[in-house]
Amino acid sequence: MIAHAIFFYVFSIIAVVSAVMVTVSKNTVHSVFFLILDFISISCLFIMIGAEFLGMIMLIVYVGAVAVLFLFVVMMLNVTQQKNQWFISKENSNHIPIGLLISVIIFFELIIVIGGWKYKPELFDQGNLSIVNDVSNTHSLGMVLYTDYIHIFQISGMILLIAMIGAIVLTFRQREGVKKQSYLKQISRERAEGVEVVEVASNRGVKIDD
Amino acid sequence: MIEIGLGHYLTLGAVIFSIGIIGIFLNRKNIIVILMSIELILLAVNINLVSFSMYLGDLTGQVFTLFILTVAAAEAAIGLAIIVVYYRNSGTIRVEEIDKLKG
Repeated sequence: MIAHAIFFYVFSIIAVVSAVMVTVSKNTVHSVFFLILDFISISCLFIMIGAEFLGMIMLIVYVGAVAVLFLFVVMMLNVTQQKNQWFISKENSNHIPIGLLISVIIFFELIIVIGGWKYKPELFDQGNLSIVNDVSNTHSLGMVLYTDYIHIFQISGMILLIAMIGAIVLTFRQREGVKKQSYLKQISRERAEGVEVVEVASNRGVKIDD
Repeated sequence: MIEIGLGHYLTLGAVIFSIGIIGIFLNRKNIIVILMSIELILLAVNINLVSFSMYLGDLTGQVFTLFILTVAAAEAAIGLAIIVVYYRNSGTIRVEEIDKLKG
């Protein structure tokens, strides 16, 4: 029990500190690194609490795909060394104190909600998908994911497909002056425009313009 | 303090959520950090869902965490594509200088 508490505090402190560092870090690449650290510690928490499938999926999806995508875009866009201008700005803008105030209010609202949460014992067996302890977490998720939630599962696949197509359509551009193979141009070539019969005069030869 | 319960996980979720909100509000740098703050917010929501799921003994929260993960990945891809297109068109992604919509 005390080991559980120690692990929880270690991982959550790492997660909170790295979340702060994501927002205040001067270098955007460092922000991405701290985002990766945050994801890893939260997935360790997930594995610790017993949701090991989600912890592994978090590692694969977030660290392996999303964070690398962020890193790729950051390196592509040349924005890494921009000056941090949190509180010093050219024009006096008043959105910083209001933003801080709203964030603090949101935090305390969430804390009040947690504090007001009553541990009702009858809530613990109200779930319609109760967790069975004799099969693994992955097994039980797979049991419901492909039966009860099959439509939502397929819709989420459609969302991923649409996101992929949208990203390709957004970033695709036709460049000028790049030599490319055009199949339509190749197969629609006629003999008349490719071959020319030339009368060759004696002793003169033919001048071919190229 | 020693006994780790649901409240600890919810507090962690609340802290990370608030840090994400602060990161959105107070950002004066580039817009990529705003996208990262949105990822932090989604992460906090995932923490809440998973901890409720484990403590209430209901698997639905974990299933929906999977779908939130899907939506987060799609959102990151689309958002970064939009940022790339904007940078290609206007040469900057600083939050202060993005004012084409006169907002």
